[in-house]
Amino acid sequence: MIEISNIVKKYGNLYAVNNISFKVNEGEIVGFLGPNGAGKSTTMNILTGYLSATSGSAKIGGVDILSNPIEAKRMIGFLPEQPPLYLDMTVKEYLNFVYDLKHCTLNRKKHLAEICEVVKIGDVYNRIIGHLSKGYRQRVGIAQALVGNPKVLIFDEPTVGLDPKQIIEIRNLIRSLGEKHTVILSTHILPEVQAVCDRIVVINKGQLVADAPTSDIGRAVKGTHKYTAKICGDTKTVLKVLNGVDGILRAEPVTEREEGSYEYAIESDASIEVRKPLFYALCDARLPLIGLESAQANLEDVFISIIDDNKKEEN
Amino acid sequence: MYPIYKREMHAYLTSPTGYIFAAVLLAISGVIFSFTTVWMRTTDSSVYFTVMLFMFTVLIPILTMKLFSEERKTRTEQILLTSPVSIFGIVFAKFLAAFTLYAGTFAVSCFINFVSLRKVAEKALNFPQIMGNIVGILLVGGAFIAIGVFMSSLTENQAIAAVTTFGVILAMLLIWLLPSFINSPVVRELIKWFSVIDRFTYFTHGIFSVTATVYFVSIAVIFLFLTMRVYEMRRWN
Repeated sequence: MIEISNIVKKYGNLYAVNNISFKVNEGEIVGFLGPNGAGKSTTMNILTGYLSATSGSAKIGGVDILSNPIEAKRMIGFLPEQPPLYLDMTVKEYLNFVYDLKHCTLNRKKHLAEICEVVKIGDVYNRIIGHLSKGYRQRVGIAQALVGNPKVLIFDEPTVGLDPKQIIEIRNLIRSLGEKHTVILSTHILPEVQAVCDRIVVINKGQLVADAPTSDIGRAVKGTHKYTAKICGDTKTVLKVLNGVDGILRAEPVTEREEGSYEYAIESDASIEVRKPLFYALCDARLPLIGLESAQANLEDVFISIIDDNKKEEN
Repeated sequence: MYPIYKREMHAYLTSPTGYIFAAVLLAISGVIFSFTTVWMRTTDSSVYFTVMLFMFTVLIPILTMKLFSEERKTRTEQILLTSPVSIFGIVFAKFLAAFTLYAGTFAVSCFINFVSLRKVAEKALNFPQIMGNIVGILLVGGAFIAIGVFMSSLTENQAIAAVTTFGVILAMLLIWLLPSFINSPVVRELIKWFSVIDRFTYFTHGIFSVTATVYFVSIAVIFLFLTMRVYEMRRWN
């Protein structure tokens, strides 16, 4: 459905995007993951025809965005990083404008009502967009992308600036949209793509670092497990006990949480279950364990492990 | 193209911009019209129209300054440029919206002015001459709006767009004074060829000049074309 081949975007001597290629099949939800400034937005802007690539091509449903932009743009619903909202219009006026702009042929009233239902903006339908909160504006931005029922949806950081409840709602919404549409969404939050996407494309510094199903990317980080433990007692003794547990690779105190108890970052071999031995070892040493949780793998971990893997493959 | 035109008209009529433009134009044109016709005990409105050209230096920027610059600043241009609309459609729709408001307000002011003049005038009005002036001023207005549109596409700062539009329009009008300072007849002719006021003079006499019409339409076309090029180029850079 989406085919990006060898896209390069240069600004002067700087490569914003350097030779990226990937495909997205119909009905897939693909997460576009990378730190800030990795080239996510640039790639999406090229894909939607807002920018032109220095070289390479982008095709939507087999139609080249550069040689046949109007035909290609018809198939795309795009939510840019900053939702393109006219603050002086009401939601109703705005969605009707988008409806006209996209030459939509569906039943106007019914179609717009359906969209409002899906993104839950029915109660602000007659309000001026400039008066809406950030969360509602983001939803109007998503509503705008859905007008005309495009086959491909492209969302650039759709959950940025929302509160946790809204983030969960928007994620669920995108998941449900994925049943009928092909979706690309960009984010720099790892759990977000893990929650929503079938496949993850990772880019860093303009280059493609990984392209794999979500489960594989998860595995890539699962060479080691990370825990945060809160343990009472003197750090030296605690560390001695921790390092004596079979499977723990690394342990270090992070901060003193309450008086007499420290938080420790623990890294263990993923193939060995360390939580039970850890508990008993601390028990035997009469060091109370007052908290233990697994730490979320973050984007840096993914990068480090992926880049390490790549290096190993090269060798 | 039509949805964008409709949106621009909506923006003019729901924000102060459109009303400020209309109010300033009606007020200025009313005052200047009284001074140049009723007070001078004449029905010849050519002076009025020529003075109005100079008022365009202020009026046109009000109309055009935010057309593209604001969309660029608020990033709303992204929805236009990623929708199935051509760049020509976007540029022309915006131009047309500004022109509609301009022509509409001017029509109202002409109606008020000439109906009043007819009430108080001792002589009959010269309608062909008035028509010539109106056609001329619409053409000049179109050309100047296109310049404003172009300036607005160059920056995301409305103030800069307004000031540069003011400067370019003023320069195009004042060029008219230059020939008296220049000895070379060739240069003098060349400047006259470019001068907006020299071209406009035909219309003030009630003459429909094809070359002048082509000149003003060409200016509009060139600047709208340049605006399209700006957008094409920004995509690549």
